[in-house]
Amino acid sequence: MKLFKQFTIIIFLSFLGEVLHTLIPFPIPASIYGIMLLFFLLERNVLRIDDIREVSDFLIFIMPLLFIPSAVGLIDVWDELRASLTAYVTIIIAVTLIVMVATGRLTQWVLQNQKEKET
Amino acid sequence: MKVFWETSTFFGIFITLFFYGAGTVLKQKIKHPLMNPMLFAIVFTVLFLRLFGIEYQAYNNSAKYISYLMTPATVCLAVPLYRQLDTLKKNFKAVMFGITSSVIITMLSVLAFARFFGLNRASYVTMLPKSITTPIGIGVAEELGGYVAITVASIVISGILGNIFAETVCNVFGIQEPVAKGIAIGCSSHALGTVKALEMGEVEGAMSSLSIALAGILTVAAASVFATLL
Repeated sequence: MKLFKQFTIIIFLSFLGEVLHTLIPFPIPASIYGIMLLFFLLERNVLRIDDIREVSDFLIFIMPLLFIPSAVGLIDVWDELRASLTAYVTIIIAVTLIVMVATGRLTQWVLQNQKEKET
Repeated sequence: MKVFWETSTFFGIFITLFFYGAGTVLKQKIKHPLMNPMLFAIVFTVLFLRLFGIEYQAYNNSAKYISYLMTPATVCLAVPLYRQLDTLKKNFKAVMFGITSSVIITMLSVLAFARFFGLNRASYVTMLPKSITTPIGIGVAEELGGYVAITVASIVISGILGNIFAETVCNVFGIQEPVAKGIAIGCSSHALGTVKALEMGEVEGAMSSLSIALAGILTVAAASVFATLL
């Protein structure tokens, strides 16, 4: 019964996210509205983490699995990708690396500046 | 037999679970960043479909039921974020600065590479949303007139790269602060990277989750501006 209730809450929030996605004309997906809703409800103490703990732990735990079907879908766009393969592959790899390193270093730099000011 | 593959409800789900499970077991034996259960499952599922001549559509008729859980699972990322509310409040400035710069850096580097390779406008806007979460990325690519299928591919590949190499990249480039790691991973490789960030620690996971939402939303605005620059 506990798990049933938890699952229902999470599905209801996903559904509300869908409703907002339909009503608001921006390309923001249901899941992002759902995160905001759940965060807001937790912050306002309308919901407690205990109300969704086990099911949310489980869903986050299986998350990598949920990406597999769309990743396997790469085989269907292979021919399109092949047309400018070098450009696409270079951009994907290089930009991911550049953004990860630059963002990490910049954020860390601001954090450390802040810490120095405090001490 | 072939007809059976195409109508089975559980075949695609089963082989996905099976290869993922096998990958998880192997990961405990082989400790190497490339021994990633998700990557393992993707590679072996593709090989399996190729070997038996099964169409992706037939596989996905069944496997799509796994993908249905994506939205509820993403919604649950609010839980680690809420648990780390104090961390967020304390580091608010650094977090906002990090996420905003990441969006600008993504756009600028895609623009630079597009110029370098002489890409046409459609290919360029296809790559602009490559680092954000799939549903927002699809929306951006559609609106700007990119090739949506390739955008999806680039998003998935960015995510896989982040998931596999995030830990190594952070070590090699001296990114040690958990908050900085989380922002770096979430901004460069969205939910797929976040899965790795959550394994690294709750602060990392929470900051990465926040980055998915904020970097995604900022990209919607930034991409429409940058689309006019090529």
